[in-house]
Amino acid sequence: MSEPLLDVRDLRVSFRTRTGVVTAVDGISFTVGPGDVVGLVGESGSGKSVSMLSVLGLIDNPNCVIEGQALFKGRDLLTMSDDELRAVRGQEIAMIFQDPMTALTPVYTAGWHISEQIRAHEKVSKKAALARAVQLLDAVGIPNAADRVNSYPHEFSGGMRQRVVIAMALSCNPSLLIADEPTTALDVTIQAQILELLKSLQSEFGSSIVLITHDMGVVSQMSDRVMVMYGGRLAEAGPRREVMRNPLHPYTWGLMASIPPTDGTRVARLAAIPGAPISPGDPDRDHCLFSARCRFVSDTCRPQPELVEHIPGHFDSCVLPFADRVELRRQAMTPLEVAP
Amino acid sequence: MWRFAGKRALAALLVLFAISVLVFLIFFATPGIDPAARIAGRNASQETLTQVRASFGFDRPIWVQYGLMMQHLFINRDLTSFVNRGSQVIPQVMQAIPVTLSLVFGAALIWVVLALIMGVAATAARGTVIDPLILVIGVIGVSLPVFWLGEVVNLVTQSRLHDTVFAWVPQLGYVPLTDGVGPWALHLLFPWLTLAVLYAGIYARVLRSEMVASMNEDYVRMARAKGIGETRVLIRHSLRTSMISIVSLFGLDFGALIGGAALLTEVVFGLQGVGKLTYDSLQNFDLPVILACVLYASFFVVLANFIVDLLYAWLDPRVRHV
Amino acid sequence: MTTLDTERAEVPSSPTAGPWRTAWRDLRRNKVAMGSLVVLIIIVLACIAAPLYESSIAHTDAFTSNVAGTITINGQTVPVLEPSTEGLGLGVNPIAPTWTAQYFLGSDNQGRDVASRILYGGRNTLIIGFASAILCCVLAGIIGIVSGFFGRGVDAVLSRGLDVLWAFPVYLLAICLSVVLISSSLTIGPVTLSSASILLPIVIIGIVYVPYVARPIRGQVMSLREREFVQAAVGAGAPDMRLLRREILPNVLPTIIVFLPLMAAINMLTEAALSFLSIGVQPPDSSWGTIVNDGVGLLYTRPWVAIAPGILLAITAVTLNLLGDGVRDALDPKARLRGAA
Repeated sequence: MSEPLLDVRDLRVSFRTRTGVVTAVDGISFTVGPGDVVGLVGESGSGKSVSMLSVLGLIDNPNCVIEGQALFKGRDLLTMSDDELRAVRGQEIAMIFQDPMTALTPVYTAGWHISEQIRAHEKVSKKAALARAVQLLDAVGIPNAADRVNSYPHEFSGGMRQRVVIAMALSCNPSLLIADEPTTALDVTIQAQILELLKSLQSEFGSSIVLITHDMGVVSQMSDRVMVMYGGRLAEAGPRREVMRNPLHPYTWGLMASIPPTDGTRVARLAAIPGAPISPGDPDRDHCLFSARCRFVSDTCRPQPELVEHIPGHFDSCVLPFADRVELRRQAMTPLEVAP
Repeated sequence: MWRFAGKRALAALLVLFAISVLVFLIFFATPGIDPAARIAGRNASQETLTQVRASFGFDRPIWVQYGLMMQHLFINRDLTSFVNRGSQVIPQVMQAIPVTLSLVFGAALIWVVLALIMGVAATAARGTVIDPLILVIGVIGVSLPVFWLGEVVNLVTQSRLHDTVFAWVPQLGYVPLTDGVGPWALHLLFPWLTLAVLYAGIYARVLRSEMVASMNEDYVRMARAKGIGETRVLIRHSLRTSMISIVSLFGLDFGALIGGAALLTEVVFGLQGVGKLTYDSLQNFDLPVILACVLYASFFVVLANFIVDLLYAWLDPRVRHV
Repeated sequence: MTTLDTERAEVPSSPTAGPWRTAWRDLRRNKVAMGSLVVLIIIVLACIAAPLYESSIAHTDAFTSNVAGTITINGQTVPVLEPSTEGLGLGVNPIAPTWTAQYFLGSDNQGRDVASRILYGGRNTLIIGFASAILCCVLAGIIGIVSGFFGRGVDAVLSRGLDVLWAFPVYLLAICLSVVLISSSLTIGPVTLSSASILLPIVIIGIVYVPYVARPIRGQVMSLREREFVQAAVGAGAPDMRLLRREILPNVLPTIIVFLPLMAAINMLTEAALSFLSIGVQPPDSSWGTIVNDGVGLLYTRPWVAIAPGILLAITAVTLNLLGDGVRDALDPKARLRGAA
């Protein structure tokens, strides 16, 4: 087993506020190997974005407290100096964000942006950097790259803009690409294109990808492994096929069930997970955070459950007996009596 | 970009036309006023009045009057001040224009530079004591009556501390650039500073608030994620985008500046610019001079706004297609 | 414990105070704004008490010239206006600030008590400042709402009108109007504004700044019109007047209110400038601007005549600006979110 590229150990991120401590990430641990595509799934507020932002030191809040370790190629990112971290960002770990329109400073051209990233890490002339930018734009499928390199962000369509951002992110051949909801702001038709692009680039360049999303559909297309986050903790983690065919955690059941089926009979009502996500500011966290919305909740859900490996490589943090899971899931999928 | 400039130029011309019509209406169409008497000035003789009536067409329809007025002002340029008998108005105004321009541009340069420094410093030091300090300077600056500030500056530099600290301050008045950059700048130094105090604080405050807001934007986060150093992020990304709002603010202020603060500064510091000329003519109720000054001043305001529009489009590419 | 329920889960509602009460509470918490308000009230009260000061404390007349008068200091009789010993020996040298009840700040070159004049002048400055601000905001509010709400033809006409008005450099416009209307009075129908009335500066300054306030209001009304809750009301068949009253006005009112103290400060400074140029408040009335003008001739000998009203102007403008900032922070929900984090 090769050395993991990224080894996150017990990462905790919290914010000090006037009303108390808000816990965004509550002790998660995972690894990303070279060439892996890892899907990080969760709803808004689950801590998925914050965890990756904190690893790169991109949280600009003086009241933020980060604990734990994030070992990248053996070095702990969380204890690096500013200069060392800056050398890692963009060059070894690249990140792309959700909304390509706001991710690019509107007053500079696409070529300028890509060239800025290249020249921040490598000693190249402006001309050489610009030439590489044209090549990159071409590689991500932007037609007429030589002209488009001088276009401004607002002159691209949404999908094209995201391609520019991807081109920029890959310009220095990073070993790891973190994609934070890369398709959420795009049309469904464009989503598929972007994911295809990411897949092809990943196999061509060999970089690992951490794909953050709330969309199980996106995960099922691309990832080798899936991690499900809830309330800042890992609910379930494992190989994609395993988790999608045989999910173990009630939250994952809910997520799978809420994908509208495209075959079979039409459902009268879309399934939703009732209740609302836990408030991150709530200090009472010594129990399974999903219990308030779980129909199988019992007294054993307190104290906070551990992450257990029932099947090799497949972890989950539910205390329900492992043997009963399949049956319980079937029960969970049966809709209750709907009130008239 | 050229199409944009063309459209803006056309708009500017229309605005100039509208202003000229408005000025004309104010001075010549207000009920209960005899235009001839006003142009002729006080204590004018009967022949002068008849002369004026014919020359300006006061017995003809109002648009003819407007046309004739514009002709006198811009084409013939033979408008004479009837109070200072016989002195030509337009040449007077022409001489005054460089003074006003020197004052305004010098002051603007100083306050923009000051505002940039203060704004960037306040952003870099946000959360510390420097931040509210700049806010306070800004509020005080904009609350000071500029004419009063000028008088106080004069009091200190010309009288109270003139023999000691400020012995190098020359007499009040203007020295043309052709007589040397040194004397020209020295005479304009305190007028520049007086005007700059007024605006520097407020501009720094706006810039700071824009920049601090931009630091939370996605593109700043993206820039950091690219591995760009913090200084470069501050200047090349945050400042560059925030400057746009300063430019548009400047456009808005320039108009108020020319007719207002610059005028008052010229009066207080004895600079024979368009503002001082307007003021003197107000004292004597010399209508031709007032007219000419107002129109020429407005022309420069419109020109300045046009240049600001171009600058804005150059800075913010998103605007060019509008 | 709760069980899985396909019905919507209940979201607990928290009782919140209405937006006005919340804003007032936030404003009260803002120490800077409250301090400014206190200073402002003190200044206003002092000016209101001008006759009281004049008769009971200073015992000097603020209006009639007192060229040959004398006052007693420490038992000595001192003339109010001394013949000047500078230059050619012409002109007069008014008495310096005595820092006592009589002629606290000295006298001007007509023997009048500067301190009393400043209090009386303050009345005019404050009245003109507030009245023109109210006039401006009300007019701009009406124009902005009508223009933004009804759109199309009405908007086109009003907007172009505002553009033309604003294209004229604002001070120059005020100067032109003042010059014309001061030399002869203005009669609109039954209303006559005589040239000596202070209604003239109020009306002129109020009108000249209308585009400045009307534009943002119009913009806000236009974007409000497109918002969902207005569309919903339109869809339910609500008549225009009700829409205006229920949906538009309550949302635009905070913007107008925020403009009031800011415009008051701007207008006061404009009036002072006009008065300084002798085309604002006309004698025998005075304002802080006219007193500064009076003091220019005495600047190097008796500087307090010019300095004192300017200091008061600055202080009043600062308090109004700080108060305006505080009101804006209290009424702007976005600012509140930022502050609470």
